[in-house]
Amino acid sequence: MAGAKEIRTQIGSIKNTSKITKAMEMVAASKMRKAQNRMAATRPYAEKMRKVIGHLFHAHPEYKHTFMIEREVKRVGYIIVSSDRGLCGGLNNNLFRKLVKELKEHRDAGTEIEFCTIGNKALGFFGRFGGNIVSQATHLGDMPHIEDLIGTVKVMLDAYAEGKIDRIYIAYNNFVNTMTQSPTFEQLVPIPSTMEEDLKHHWDYIYEPDSKEVLDNLLGRYVESLVYQAVVENGACEQSARMVAMKSASDNAKNLIDELQLIYNKARQAAITQEISEIVGGAAAV
Amino acid sequence: MAMTIHVDIVSAEGEIFSGVAEMIYAPAVMGEVGIAPRHTPLVTQLKPGEIRVDTGSGKDMQHFYVSGGILEIQPHVVTVLADTAIRATDLDEAAAQEAKRRAEEAMADRSAEFEYAKAQSELAEAVAQLRAIERIRKGKRG
Repeated sequence: MAGAKEIRTQIGSIKNTSKITKAMEMVAASKMRKAQNRMAATRPYAEKMRKVIGHLFHAHPEYKHTFMIEREVKRVGYIIVSSDRGLCGGLNNNLFRKLVKELKEHRDAGTEIEFCTIGNKALGFFGRFGGNIVSQATHLGDMPHIEDLIGTVKVMLDAYAEGKIDRIYIAYNNFVNTMTQSPTFEQLVPIPSTMEEDLKHHWDYIYEPDSKEVLDNLLGRYVESLVYQAVVENGACEQSARMVAMKSASDNAKNLIDELQLIYNKARQAAITQEISEIVGGAAAV
Repeated sequence: MAMTIHVDIVSAEGEIFSGVAEMIYAPAVMGEVGIAPRHTPLVTQLKPGEIRVDTGSGKDMQHFYVSGGILEIQPHVVTVLADTAIRATDLDEAAAQEAKRRAEEAMADRSAEFEYAKAQSELAEAVAQLRAIERIRKGKRG
């Protein structure tokens, strides 16, 4: 009975693997729901922040913040948001691949690039990719807090304020729905002004204590909130991508087990048939 | 009916309050401000303290604690962008230094997690190759 035992052990090991993938799928599903809730919870802040910034662009502050001024691009900074752990399908790789294509364009144009990585995977990848990683954050866990990001983002913003970087982008996975996550790049600083000049009436805020300090604070927080939202969104993407990946792994395992079971049954049947014919042949010879 | 103003208090990690009020008191850096409807546009920083919202109609005031943030006033809308983190310039600076140091560490000493991530990706490649080889062998045999 050739191979029957081997097939049986193989079935056993695949069954064990499929138990793990099934468990991971369920864990990811429940984590995804939480991550989605968190994503929904951060939305009001981001919306209000955007509204305030929008008002600010409509106002005509006597003080122009550096974050609002475009300048010639010699060096760019990328904040890359990735997951800490793997086994989430092509989530990180899709983002990196798309990003590398864009980075090549920058390199061809002679622009230098600096990275700020969030998450283990980006750190690993862009460490090998060969770039200057100026700051990083890893192990944010399932519940990222804005405190964990302040320092990481500040390094980039300081570099921008000092003129070391002329533009900052963020790269992350945008949560479309459970099945789809789209790699997204956005320009963070200088803040792209989509608002057309509105000259209806000329007004400005009262700033307390003064416009410089308030704007410094506000725009810093604005960027932080965008990064935070990207991190939270990427977290939801990670869980849903993992859920889908683990689901397909479990399905594949099931198919594999079915196939092997069939082979095993055939082998067993063949062995029995052979035995019977041997016995019959032996009896006839006697 | 008394004049009202819309109030939104949000923090990065969730919405705290949204509704109409007759009067809002907030701890601005230059002293507490009271905001009535049709206040002139104003932006200011908040210091740690209490925001009180008078929703009118004889109900009790609602109290919210904020550890700082930004207050924006438009004639009919008040927005409080509350901080969840405790902020101070030197604290932020320390966090930035820490993030920088971590990056330098990861760049310089390519061990531990960094190696782990690399090893993992290499392992994934190797596994894929093995699988391909296995499939080819099976195909030949079958």
